[in-house]
Amino acid sequence: MNKNLKEQVLRSCGVNVLKCMRCGKCSGTCPSYDEMEYHPHQFVYMVERGDIETLMNSKSIYKCLTCFACVDRCPRNVEPAKVVEAVRLAAIRQQGNNHMNPNQIPEMLDEDMPQQAIVTAFRKYIK
Amino acid sequence: MQRIGVFVCHCGTNIAATVDVKAVAEALGHEPGVIVSQDYQYMCSESGQNLVKNAIKEHNLTGVVVCSCSPRMHENTFRKAAASAGLNPYLVEIANIREQCSWIHKDIASATEKAIILGKAAVAKVHLNAPLTAGESPVVKRALVIGGGIAGIQTALDIAEAGFDVDIVEKQPTIGGKMAQIDKTFPTLDCAACILTPKMVEASQNEHITIHSYSEVSDVKGFVGNFTVTIKKKARFVDETKCTGCGLCTEKCPMNKVPNEFNMGFDNRSAVYIPFAQAVPKVATIDPNYCMMLKTGKCGVCSKVCSVGAIDYKQEDKLIEQKYGAIVVATGFNPINLDKYDEFAYNQCPDVVTSLELERLMNAAGPNGGTLLRPSDKTHPHKIVFVQCVGSRCDDSKGKPYCSKICCMYTAKHAMLIREKYPDTEVYVFYIDVRTPGKNFDEFYRRAVEQYNVHYIKGMVGKVTPRSDGKIDVQASDLLANEQLHIDADMVVLAAAIEPDKTARPLATMLTTQMDTNDFFTEAHPKLRPVESATAGIFLSGACQGPKDIPETVAQASAAAAKAIGLLVKNSITCNPCVAHSDELMCNGCSSCEKVCPYGAITYIDKEFKMPDRTVAIRRVASVNPAVCQGCGACTVACPSGAMDLNGFSNSQIIAEVDAICK
Amino acid sequence: MQVNENKEFQPLIVAFCCNWCSYAGADLAGTNRLNYPDNIKIIRVPCSCRVNPMFILRAFQRGADGVILCGCHPGDCHYTSGNYFTRRRMTLLFSMLDFLGIERDRTRVEWVSAAEGAKFAATMNEFTEAVKKLGPNRRLEDLRCRKQ
Repeated sequence: MNKNLKEQVLRSCGVNVLKCMRCGKCSGTCPSYDEMEYHPHQFVYMVERGDIETLMNSKSIYKCLTCFACVDRCPRNVEPAKVVEAVRLAAIRQQGNNHMNPNQIPEMLDEDMPQQAIVTAFRKYIK
Repeated sequence: MQRIGVFVCHCGTNIAATVDVKAVAEALGHEPGVIVSQDYQYMCSESGQNLVKNAIKEHNLTGVVVCSCSPRMHENTFRKAAASAGLNPYLVEIANIREQCSWIHKDIASATEKAIILGKAAVAKVHLNAPLTAGESPVVKRALVIGGGIAGIQTALDIAEAGFDVDIVEKQPTIGGKMAQIDKTFPTLDCAACILTPKMVEASQNEHITIHSYSEVSDVKGFVGNFTVTIKKKARFVDETKCTGCGLCTEKCPMNKVPNEFNMGFDNRSAVYIPFAQAVPKVATIDPNYCMMLKTGKCGVCSKVCSVGAIDYKQEDKLIEQKYGAIVVATGFNPINLDKYDEFAYNQCPDVVTSLELERLMNAAGPNGGTLLRPSDKTHPHKIVFVQCVGSRCDDSKGKPYCSKICCMYTAKHAMLIREKYPDTEVYVFYIDVRTPGKNFDEFYRRAVEQYNVHYIKGMVGKVTPRSDGKIDVQASDLLANEQLHIDADMVVLAAAIEPDKTARPLATMLTTQMDTNDFFTEAHPKLRPVESATAGIFLSGACQGPKDIPETVAQASAAAAKAIGLLVKNSITCNPCVAHSDELMCNGCSSCEKVCPYGAITYIDKEFKMPDRTVAIRRVASVNPAVCQGCGACTVACPSGAMDLNGFSNSQIIAEVDAICK
Repeated sequence: MQVNENKEFQPLIVAFCCNWCSYAGADLAGTNRLNYPDNIKIIRVPCSCRVNPMFILRAFQRGADGVILCGCHPGDCHYTSGNYFTRRRMTLLFSMLDFLGIERDRTRVEWVSAAEGAKFAATMNEFTEAVKKLGPNRRLEDLRCRKQ
């Protein structure tokens, strides 16, 4: 467990993970749940435990659409999506380079992809 | 000239070990006004008290200072002793030289010095003590119960049992409250109406109970033992004394498409209506929002069919004023509005219902005669999903921060009843925690799981989407299986949080009682005085104080009744004499004190004053009601002219203490 | 009130304690034998809101070196709202003392509940030390009131 990393994540997202009452509504509402290895409620719980490297090494951080459904519906205002974003940022900072080249994006687009996802993709992958 | 006696206690060695009591008695003996100064082994003992009593008689003392333990311990003992020796008990002061001196210091010299200073402060204070007499205030032997649900009914029955008159004020046309709408009760599964309606009848037949249905409290004045309450009896356009409750008018009324609130709007009633068959009082009420006669002046069918001539279209709201000694608040609860939670599609889909609506759907007197059918197409549901904690346990911005307490149990009840009656129905319950503290409660919940095979899933429903084929897609997480579920349900039942009735807050203002941020009434002490409000004479019963199930509500209702009876049996109540009083000659009528008084004890009166030039002037001055004042002293500091002072802790007394200490 | 060069300065501190919380807290400190300096002299008042800012100034005028006012925790007042008045009034008084150039640390408001005997003792120890550091109160003391 890396204490500094936990602190960095908590500071960059501004979320109080201790507010979570473990109801699982974030995961119940998540549209990309099946894509993710670790689910929104696990993000909150694992950050609380300080188990951040596992999350950083998981593909899950790039599967979150940042649709903010979990933020909207969380009864305790925990804002799991912000935690996911913070872990993603931590990973990107550590790698020191982008996860994806912007040139790759056009070929990944398809008709069903919501505009939100494209915006999010840019936010995610470009510094 | 003051004649003060000082009595220094050794308290065995408790004081004497670190304080030289002889030196204290000696030093205080030289203080001005002190004519006798003694020390004794145990001042609180019988012989110690006799020492005080004898000195009072022998030296004709005008003040007593006891240097001993904390006044919180023995102030009353010595006051009583003084009173029995003929000295006003409020002329006794205690210097705390045990808890605040001998027990905390080790050095004898400095502890003795401090004890002397504390003694001097008490002597200085007692010089200015005035004899006080506890006032008495008569008690009106009648109680008011606000709210006619099970809490109000139980409280009223218990008070009436003790032989006191009770009035119930209920805003609906009938008493019964939420319990009348409930189908079955947990954990025994007996029918709610079967146990409630006999109590309603009992209340209506009890000679001591008067029921003001379709009425509201519009004003409260006065104080403990002597409240004056104005009750607004809303016009029901039916003469209560004539109506027999035959129901003919309700059948003949042409305006019969009014949503029936008793059945949560699942069926219709007429504009003239009796809420339900066992209503008490069983009297028809005309709904002025729908009645054609009242709206357009054209109809009058009900008055034509009424054989006793009870219909009176000209009836108006009536105000009645009544005096009460005690008031019990039993305003109850309501499920919250679910508009905010659109992820559950409550407003989009008729088959997403609240638990209270499900009670009506399953009730034999409900819209479907007790057969559980989907509200949308009246078909039998085969898959039902229950969602817990809808609006409960939320962050403040998202809902109610508290646990609504009853939902876990009634959901287990619903699930069990459905599985019992319709074994082909799959029932899913999504829970965060199952909270079942209560007698036979956890056993009940386990029975739902083990015997009735209800699927309890740890997780929360994230999204409810009505589909075009009539099914409802329920997207939820199963935290233990670590997967996301999609259930094609026929019905979704939401365990909506409960909140205090909307009328509670304006009522609290009228009663000058406290409420918490959730609008629940605050009890005087969370552990030791759970059914009294901090305002004397106002008691709390049922869910208006916090979420409660029926047994708890009834227990609290009876407790509130016991407290009210304890007040009503007294002919008069003794007031604390250490209350504020205003010097009318100094008061300039500025209202500063009135604004800070937490009890509403200060009022303004116009008083005639003879002026130096022999004219008479009328001035507005503050007047403190000693029966209401609790003696906090907030007003004394607020008063800009120094007219307000507090008996027992007057400005001059405290300043004398300060001076004595600082000398 | 003589400042003896051989002896450590012993401040005189007046403590106003509300009857329901802080006075009971002081009693609890005594019951638990938690020592605090004998410089503290407690005056019992029904509620912290009974304390007129004038009393505090009076104490300073008469030579007190520190005044501490203790009440129930906010929200716990026996009279429901008394300590809120205290808080406002004392904020005002303190800003006035600031304006007058009186050391801010000579006065203090503390919330001590009836269960916080240890807190009471700790607060008093700490406050006494703070006042000791400030030395005798000379600015507000009225020399005419000084005992000969």
